[in-house]
Amino acid sequence: MGQQSNQTQGLVGTKSAVFIMALLPLAKLLLNALQDNLGANPIEKITHVTGFWTLTFLLICLTATPLRKLSGWFWPIRVRRMLGLFVFFYACLHFLTYLILDQFFDWSAIWADIAKRPYITIGFTALVCLLPLAVTSNDKITRKIGGKNWRRLHSLIYPIAIAGVIHFIWLVKKDLTIPLIFAGILTVLLTARLILRR
Amino acid sequence: MTQSTIPAIAPSEITSKTVFDQRRRFLKHAGGLSAALMTAPLWAAEKLAFTSTASYGLTDALTPRKDVTHYNNFYEFGTDKEAPSRRAGSLKTRPWTIAVEGEVHKPQVFDIDQLLKLAPIEERVYRLRCVEAWSMVIPWLGYPLAALLKQAQPTGSAKYVEFVSLHDMEQMPGQRSPVLQWPYREGLRLDEAMHPLALLTFGLYGELLPNQNGAPVRMVLPWKYGFKSAKSIVKIRLLKEQPVSSWMQAGPSEYGFYANVNPEVDHPRWSQAKERRIGEFLKRPTLPFNGYAEQVSSLYAGMDLKHYF
Repeated sequence: MGQQSNQTQGLVGTKSAVFIMALLPLAKLLLNALQDNLGANPIEKITHVTGFWTLTFLLICLTATPLRKLSGWFWPIRVRRMLGLFVFFYACLHFLTYLILDQFFDWSAIWADIAKRPYITIGFTALVCLLPLAVTSNDKITRKIGGKNWRRLHSLIYPIAIAGVIHFIWLVKKDLTIPLIFAGILTVLLTARLILRR
Repeated sequence: MTQSTIPAIAPSEITSKTVFDQRRRFLKHAGGLSAALMTAPLWAAEKLAFTSTASYGLTDALTPRKDVTHYNNFYEFGTDKEAPSRRAGSLKTRPWTIAVEGEVHKPQVFDIDQLLKLAPIEERVYRLRCVEAWSMVIPWLGYPLAALLKQAQPTGSAKYVEFVSLHDMEQMPGQRSPVLQWPYREGLRLDEAMHPLALLTFGLYGELLPNQNGAPVRMVLPWKYGFKSAKSIVKIRLLKEQPVSSWMQAGPSEYGFYANVNPEVDHPRWSQAKERRIGEFLKRPTLPFNGYAEQVSSLYAGMDLKHYF
């Protein structure tokens, strides 16, 4: 993977590897779908898988800065933007699954969900908040708005991550094991940030 | 509780326990079984003969057997839908007894083989509506619970029925998790339990229940959310007072005692207005009492169903 390399060539290799790995969950999902291997309730499965990977990439994304500070490596920061865009990518797939496969454009039901179901309200809010972060994830706009403003805007990722985990906690029927694992990892990552900032 | 009773006649040294048990069952309900089954592998489902079929006007396609047996909520084997079909092999369904006790004139312990012959086995094609807003259509095999309750003769003060499922971590590994308070307990009002739709169920799709579907005996209450239908039942208690079910303890604001299917009363966290029939793309509107209003709505005349959810 060329983790140690700070050279351009090494970075291109790292970025390509991360890009391909980040597409693997989607590839597996598509393969299972083509083989009719998604179980009795495929729509529910797709919803759960895309949601799981949205949160997973979000947590991976949040490890970049602590990893950079602890290891001295530079590459985590260089792949952070791509990982962030994959968070947005899987979040969009998750939302499109809900919009098209689950609700099939039943706007009144969707609106009622967003207004009345706290787990959907918070999940939808998190998605909307991801939008400006995705739009400003390129050098041109970053230069235009300035590094300070960019950092201020992108600190939205912390409340988004918290909202994403709460969305998961609120939606499960009874077994909180997996959402609480996400909550635990997020707590560790946010705490690490506070400690390392000093 | 342990289920190990020493059989009256021990298996002989030249006959394996498996074949011995199969022969025993074969003799007990001969007629329904073909001789070929005796040489069938252990996991082959056993046929269960029935005398009649009723579907209460339901003409919807049956949910494929594979989905009925591989998409299950049976937390005793884990909270994943696929976990019960993977893990329920550890459940031993013979020997098995149900104790009927409490407010009855004749408390009794029924052996499963005795239960299978207590009344004619009927096929009932019912809708199943899960509280999670999905549904199936399943051909169950059983007879009205009333037939069993009448044997025990409820006293005049019996007002409620409680169902208790097996509690054995060895056989039910999901019970190692405190996700619910074990054993699983459910309950009904006595008049609900005596309703002809309330089916004491032993099979599906012409065969004995697969373990993951609540073998060897479970309830099926088609007008209520699925969790009301207790599985792998070992005890039925007649009570004066309304019992508290495992789900009522787990989430009193989310799971009530009645749990009748009702599109007008949402789960606090999600809508119950529509449901996804397994195998279909577009959601269907959910029907009051899951389509059995004609049969059961009189049980709830005058009740505020928003309050008694």
